[in-house]
Amino acid sequence: MNRRDATLSEPRWVRWSLTAIALGFLALFLAMPLVTVFFEAFRKGAGVYLASLTDPDALAAIRLTLLVAFIAVPLNLVFGIAAAWAIAKFSFRGKQFLITMIDLPFSVSPVVAGLIYVLIFGAQGWFGPWLQANDWKIVFAVPGIVLATVFVTFPFVARELIPLMQAQGSDEEQAALTLGASGWQMFLRVTLPNIRWALLYGVILCNARAMGEFGAVSVVSGHIRGLTNTLPLHVEILYNEYQFAASFAVASLLTLLAVATLVVKRIVEWRGACTLADRELPPEASPAALRPRAA
Amino acid sequence: MSSAALPLDHPAPRRRARPRRFGVLPGFGLSMGYTLMYLGLVVLIPLSSLLFKTLGLTWEQFWAAVSAPRVVASYRLTFGASLLAATINGVFGLIVAWVLVRYPFPGKRIVDALVDLPFALPTAVAGIALSALYAPNGWIGSIFAPWGIKIAFTPIGVVIALVFIGLPFVVRTVQPVLEEAERELEEAAASLGASRLQTFLRVILPTVLPALLTGMALALARAIGEYGSVIFIAGNLPMVSEITPLLIITKLEQFDYAGATAIALVMLSISFVMLAVINGLQWWQARHLGADGARPGGPR
Repeated sequence: MNRRDATLSEPRWVRWSLTAIALGFLALFLAMPLVTVFFEAFRKGAGVYLASLTDPDALAAIRLTLLVAFIAVPLNLVFGIAAAWAIAKFSFRGKQFLITMIDLPFSVSPVVAGLIYVLIFGAQGWFGPWLQANDWKIVFAVPGIVLATVFVTFPFVARELIPLMQAQGSDEEQAALTLGASGWQMFLRVTLPNIRWALLYGVILCNARAMGEFGAVSVVSGHIRGLTNTLPLHVEILYNEYQFAASFAVASLLTLLAVATLVVKRIVEWRGACTLADRELPPEASPAALRPRAA
Repeated sequence: MSSAALPLDHPAPRRRARPRRFGVLPGFGLSMGYTLMYLGLVVLIPLSSLLFKTLGLTWEQFWAAVSAPRVVASYRLTFGASLLAATINGVFGLIVAWVLVRYPFPGKRIVDALVDLPFALPTAVAGIALSALYAPNGWIGSIFAPWGIKIAFTPIGVVIALVFIGLPFVVRTVQPVLEEAERELEEAAASLGASRLQTFLRVILPTVLPALLTGMALALARAIGEYGSVIFIAGNLPMVSEITPLLIITKLEQFDYAGATAIALVMLSISFVMLAVINGLQWWQARHLGADGARPGGPR
């Protein structure tokens, strides 16, 4: 180690103890819970594990979770693109306020997010009597679960796209228009390819949250087995019935989803960083989400 | 929009209230209209129901609902545990970010990816995993049990769960700032005779402080509203280990809609205050860095 490095770094014992503290902390708080899920899931053997996953109620929960994500994610995808287009490509008053409003669902407690839909569509809510008269169920049924999920996953796509599209500006879109492209051609051939990695990144995060949401869904679900139970709610029910192995088996599915999300997120970050490097954007113009981490 | 191809030849038709900067691009009306409509339908109108429902209460009813001893005890636990967890995350998150940016060690990329786990792992899964770990017969709980220290099913358990969910906020906010910190400044400090500790306290810490506080505020905001990861490990004893979001659900299950709504309105107001604090901190950070600053990378 030369002298320049010596003055700009810490003594070896400091470096080693800081690394040990950091890794110990992460092992305690992140790695051990991860290991625990799989350990507990297989504690009673692979037979119990498979039986827990192929139980009809578990299968119904898997189907419902997929259905909810299948509705909620595309809705927020379309919204995210529309919001990012309006915010990033045009200047108008109150833009910062609009961005704050879009981020709002992140700051609201999931329980409050569920509660507001009960207040509107519940038996004592605004539309409660009307819904009952027409024999429609929203709260304590699938539509309520979808609404609560849409609320909590609302900002994911938009907040990934807005900083990237702001950094990209609109030169390429203007060039496309000048060359005679229609609005949709410009969007499909110029804008969409430019934002595809950030879009994918937002969709992945949105999907992970949509499939894993617990608090908001728990308020509006009514916990009817086989009907309004999503996977996280199924985990809770099994856990509260002291069926720990089954509960952790179902939880391990959600954990695999989380790990897959992290892996895909890394790949997208890496690809996004490559794309950005190709385009030679100044590093400070790239959003934090797509910035390559130090290797 | 083929007329947009020659904007200079036809200036007259595009003198509408179009924004000036990127005036030729189409779709402002459509995208803005859709954004506002969707935002209103999904977020703003539903949230306003809290306000309208609470307006149906008299002031005395509202005050009785939000200041009952059991409710106040839940505020104390929620805020106390959230503040403590944000502080723990501030200290250890800074160390983790520092080690990830500055020191080489094997498996660093995996460790770096693992930091995002609390963003991706469903809260219910985190909750049951943490309570299994810290229960008196769990791997970690059994170490403390012989000394009569209970972690799970006590307020300490609440803090543990909130540390778990808050960690990535601090790391991911501090990390980019550390990566972009100018080493020349540290070099200058060293050449002027500062010790490494002095350099850290007087040069590095002031640089990352806005980001660190932003990260802690984000972790705090998330912790105050957190439900899923806490209820499994908390024990949920009224007056002792019952968090405010759980109390809302309890009131709802007792069909006490007015009580639930009043407490929810208090929590929503706190969310708005936290949002204002975070925006202020990010503004400070952006001014501090002289650039657009680091947006925290992950979801909540």
